[in-house]
Amino acid sequence: MVEFSIWDIFRNLLLAGRWTVVLSLTAFIGGGMVGLLVLVGRLWSTRAAPGAQKVARIASAALDGYILLFQGTPLLMQLFLAYFGLALFGINVPAWVAAAVALTLYTSAYLAEIWRGCVDAIPKGQWEAAQSLAMSFGEQLRHIVLPQALRIAVPPTVGFLVQVIKGTALASVIGFIELTKAGTVIANATFKPFLVYSCVALMYFALCFPVSLYARRLERKLKNGR
Amino acid sequence: MDAKVASDKILVEINQLRKSFGSNEVLKGIDLDVKTGEVIAIIGKSGSGKSTLLRCINGLEVFQSGTLRVDGKHLLHNNPQVMRELRQHVGMIFQSFNLFPHLTVGKNIMLAPTLVKKTASAEVEAHARTLLQRVGLAEKFDAWPDQLSGGQQQRVAIARALAMQPSVLLCDEITSALDPELVGEVLQVVESLASDGMTLLMVTHEMNFARKVCDRVVFMHQGRVHETGAPDQVFSNPQTPELKQFLGMNQ
Amino acid sequence: MKIELDFLAVLSQWPLLAIGVAWTVGLTVISSLIGVTLGVAFAWARASGPVWLRWVVGTYVELIRNTPFIVQLFFIFFGLPAMGVKLSPELASVIAMVINLSAYATEIIRAGVEATPRGQIEAAESLAFNRVQIYTRVVLPPAFKKVWPALVSQIIIVMLGSAVCGQISTQELSYAANLIQGRNFRAFEAFIIATFIYLALSIGVRKLLNWLGPKFLFGR
Repeated sequence: MVEFSIWDIFRNLLLAGRWTVVLSLTAFIGGGMVGLLVLVGRLWSTRAAPGAQKVARIASAALDGYILLFQGTPLLMQLFLAYFGLALFGINVPAWVAAAVALTLYTSAYLAEIWRGCVDAIPKGQWEAAQSLAMSFGEQLRHIVLPQALRIAVPPTVGFLVQVIKGTALASVIGFIELTKAGTVIANATFKPFLVYSCVALMYFALCFPVSLYARRLERKLKNGR
Repeated sequence: MDAKVASDKILVEINQLRKSFGSNEVLKGIDLDVKTGEVIAIIGKSGSGKSTLLRCINGLEVFQSGTLRVDGKHLLHNNPQVMRELRQHVGMIFQSFNLFPHLTVGKNIMLAPTLVKKTASAEVEAHARTLLQRVGLAEKFDAWPDQLSGGQQQRVAIARALAMQPSVLLCDEITSALDPELVGEVLQVVESLASDGMTLLMVTHEMNFARKVCDRVVFMHQGRVHETGAPDQVFSNPQTPELKQFLGMNQ
Repeated sequence: MKIELDFLAVLSQWPLLAIGVAWTVGLTVISSLIGVTLGVAFAWARASGPVWLRWVVGTYVELIRNTPFIVQLFFIFFGLPAMGVKLSPELASVIAMVINLSAYATEIIRAGVEATPRGQIEAAESLAFNRVQIYTRVVLPPAFKKVWPALVSQIIIVMLGSAVCGQISTQELSYAANLIQGRNFRAFEAFIIATFIYLALSIGVRKLLNWLGPKFLFGR
């Protein structure tokens, strides 16, 4: 039987860990962009469009449904659906594409909801002052509301990155070779599951804990005012 | 009161205005005409609908029935272009100032003219400085709102509204949130605006100020215009028991 | 290109799905009861226990919150046997869910507990309540009321996270969906139906818990 050293195990996990980082960043940045669109769409349909407009009501319901779908169903199912759903259209997607798509949309829904909370925290008077100065909805959003909401949004957004990193672990189930999948493979190859999974856990911890601490620091800074 | 010519042109025309919040009718048929250059004080108890009426005039509140015309044009809430046009002619000052905290004083004043009227930046800045001078805060151009006192913030808010060169200014209890010693500096600015011929609609509790500066006082009670007239009449010779009671409370 | 979807092939297997739902709900109920109870205990430890205990609980909380649930599950199911502790898939799932939920519940409940106004505790002390009574009768009920939405959300997150337990052959809903699609190759349909069942579960469980909390835990 081949003997594997701890260093062998560690090194292989590290190599796979690169893909965890890549997938996390892809989903986080992509999700941020999509999430921003979802946010603006929701704000437009609830605040800008005159209440009775049918388009606004449909858009509002659709976007609410989008958020409900991603927050109310398991990420694992979303990954499966991306993997098998895209396959339905004849496109044979590699696991990393399905994972990237699913995680991006998942992130976009959560970020849009977090950011909506931040926008709701902006006092109504700010909106009204901007409206009274004849600014259009787009101008109100861009120059008055979003700059203020951005400040409040940074800590919870950074905090959500931790969820994204943990979420990438599920991509292992559809075959994407990231840290968890490598751990499973190596655990089976070395017959040392206790050691291997401990290493895997510690590596996730090394990735997530600093981010968690940073998010908490940002939150404290915000509470204590500039 | 300084001599000024209030023209006969009707700037704001309100006819049988009704507004409800859900099942609660707050404005029960308001009739009011405001001439160019008129300074009108709207007084009454909390809940009489004073602020709601003001907010209907610039479209912050949507009314259910009646007509409201500013400068001859009807308010069309569903038409963003019309509302944008309206709000360039109607300015509003709020009780809680609502300055933009992430912009300096100067930028607060310059933002709307730059975006909406698309004026060149040098012109906008010069105009902003002039307005700031007018409200007595010329040296605060680069200050941040949270560095200013309440009275100073409100004066900046006035300059900000004036930057759009409105034909009528709506003042919604603009001194109610101020410490007493800061009220005077704001009222001074308003008085100078009045004597320069600005059309003003003020919801206010400052009875002495209303008496001194306003052309007309409108007393609102339970969603209706209950009594109206020149300040001397209304304050010295109230006709209705509700107004008598209101003034009794406030003397 | 025509895509043929056959939902009936999946829906005809409804007994399997029903068993899956039963397991998912069962796992969630058990781990919620134990997890929240532990959360209450650990929250107390973190808020008012001796320094060493606070540190131990704190470390445990940070470890769990900064590692993925699937890794925790694999560690318990695959890793522990190497140390001589062999567990059934179901037991491993419950233990993993309990450990996971209680870490989050600790922080959530601690936030509620620490927000208790000083005056409440002082009033209770002057009424000669002992420490346990103060904690359970004066501090916890308002704390629970305050953090209930966050706690309910976390329970739902754990319920949705239990989908991963199917990977170690626990017969919950995602396992059932996988089983069905393995038989009739209707992967997309199976997972879509399972997804909507999960959605219905999360909405339903949220409503149920929002009714249960005020009724039994903190009144009004």
